[in-house]
Amino acid sequence: MEETKPIAEIEKEIVEEFALFDSWDDKYEYIIDLGKKLAPLAQEHKLDENKIKGCQSTVWMVANYRDGRVFFEADSDAIIVKGLVSMLIRVLSGQTPDAIIETPLAFIQQIGMTSHLAQTRSNGLLSMVKQMKNYALAYKLKNEVNG
Amino acid sequence: MITETTIPSLDIAAIRRQFPVLQREVKGHPLVYLDNAATSQKPKVVIDALVDYYSGYNANIHRGIHTLAEEATAAFEATRDTVARFINAASREQIIFTRGTTESINLVAQTWGRQQVNKGDEIIISGMEHHSNIVPWQLLCLEKEAVLKVIPVLDNGELDMDAYKALLSPRTKIVSIVHVSNALGTVNPVKEIIDAAHRQGAVVMIDGAQSSVHLDIDVQVLDCDFFAMSAHKVYGPTGIGVLYGKKELLDAMPVFQGGGEMIKEVSFEGTTFNELPYKYEAGTPNIADTVAFKAALDFVTETGKDRMRQHEDQLLAYATDKLQQLPGLRIIGQAAEKISLVSFIIDGIHPQDIGILLDTQGIAVRTGHHCAQPLMHRFGIPGTVRASFAVYNTMEELDRLIAGLQRAIKLLA
Ligand SMILES: Cc1ncc(COP(=O)(O)O)c(C=O)c1O
Repeated sequence: MEETKPIAEIEKEIVEEFALFDSWDDKYEYIIDLGKKLAPLAQEHKLDENKIKGCQSTVWMVANYRDGRVFFEADSDAIIVKGLVSMLIRVLSGQTPDAIIETPLAFIQQIGMTSHLAQTRSNGLLSMVKQMKNYALAYKLKNEVNG
Repeated sequence: MITETTIPSLDIAAIRRQFPVLQREVKGHPLVYLDNAATSQKPKVVIDALVDYYSGYNANIHRGIHTLAEEATAAFEATRDTVARFINAASREQIIFTRGTTESINLVAQTWGRQQVNKGDEIIISGMEHHSNIVPWQLLCLEKEAVLKVIPVLDNGELDMDAYKALLSPRTKIVSIVHVSNALGTVNPVKEIIDAAHRQGAVVMIDGAQSSVHLDIDVQVLDCDFFAMSAHKVYGPTGIGVLYGKKELLDAMPVFQGGGEMIKEVSFEGTTFNELPYKYEAGTPNIADTVAFKAALDFVTETGKDRMRQHEDQLLAYATDKLQQLPGLRIIGQAAEKISLVSFIIDGIHPQDIGILLDTQGIAVRTGHHCAQPLMHRFGIPGTVRASFAVYNTMEELDRLIAGLQRAIKLLA
């Protein structure tokens, strides 16, 4: 299995990629592209229970736990949100529960996407990050219980 | 021979200069504010009125005998007179200050509604209501075991008036209807709705949140029993609005909230209530915003609602024409009579994506369900993009909207 790079290293790569863009349009063009490239979630996972529901767009997310690491898959009906979730997956999928729980995800601010963490766009990044950390916490606790 | 009456047109550039926020930039572009149905921007006279009040004569009203209290009371009550004229109420006592349309509707549901609506009675609303004109009635129906009936919306965004007439029955207690839809722009035939309800003995409440800034409102001609509006959609401050009611209804209704201002005499054995309008205005009101509300209404009256409407209708016609030429764009709400607002979707593109990309170009629109989820459901869409216009918007701004949309479509498609 391919080694997952540490979170900080992937974040650094993303920040460097965004440093190439000097306009909002370019940044969003890139995010839209990421959204288009993210593999769609299998229809069987697009269930209400997998929805992270906000007031505007819908995000579906599923998590798996293998060999001490958490893997995420997600989809959205809005393409920019899908691009954002694709970046989160790139950073967090394949990491250990502890690493996911602890990371402040500094790259979001560094690439100028903090506005997506605002309350009005809570269906954007904020609830996705929360949900991913919740999954990580759940797997961690389950692990501890099972020894 | 010239028989047309032409309304002199407005100097829009001069009007724009009265709105400080319109001078700002967003994300490196001059702001294009097209979210006026959510809240309009404020002219300098309104902002000045707030500052003048706090710097010149801030005092609690009605009780003090000192000069400041007298000045504050006079300014506060002058707004009541101005509102009464603005909607042509028969008397100033029929103007109750509330926090806005939402509170006005809740006030009626919880006072008149609790007193008059009983088990099995019927309340009629429509399928294009704002949540503010749905939930208060749902709560009342739940409490009273009354029945909520909904007038269907036709494909073009107009109400199904035949269905409405069929819904009316001797059990109908109240019909509460939006005058102008915030999501579609439809102007509803409220006069016809009111007359039909009255023939059945039902009272009618009109949600005037959107209509009050665009249409001439005459509550006596309409003959509505209640009318609600919010100052912030009429170039005024947030946190202040109006409930108009017919006098005999307001007199007979039980009080809403208890506290200061609304009482005549209080003892532990019992309390007698103040007369109209104070009976419904418990506690220290929102004095500053009420005072500034007058400046907003004066701005509208002096600018001239007919001239504003003429300009806004031109914006609507231009926007509708240009938007329809964009590939895959569908306008939701094509009623014969509309105010200056266009709600639309673009095939295969989520409204939120469009909103985010327009924002990067300094263009503010609203995306989403516009607090009218049942209506979005009716059209089978998650939401729309809504561009809503005010007197200060220009054709050049609409061109920027169209260019912004073309860019967004190119990126997203
Ligand atoms: C048609 C309609 N009704 C009611 C409301 C609620 O108004 P407010 O939030 O000012 O109470 C709005 C505001 O968006 C509206 O557009």
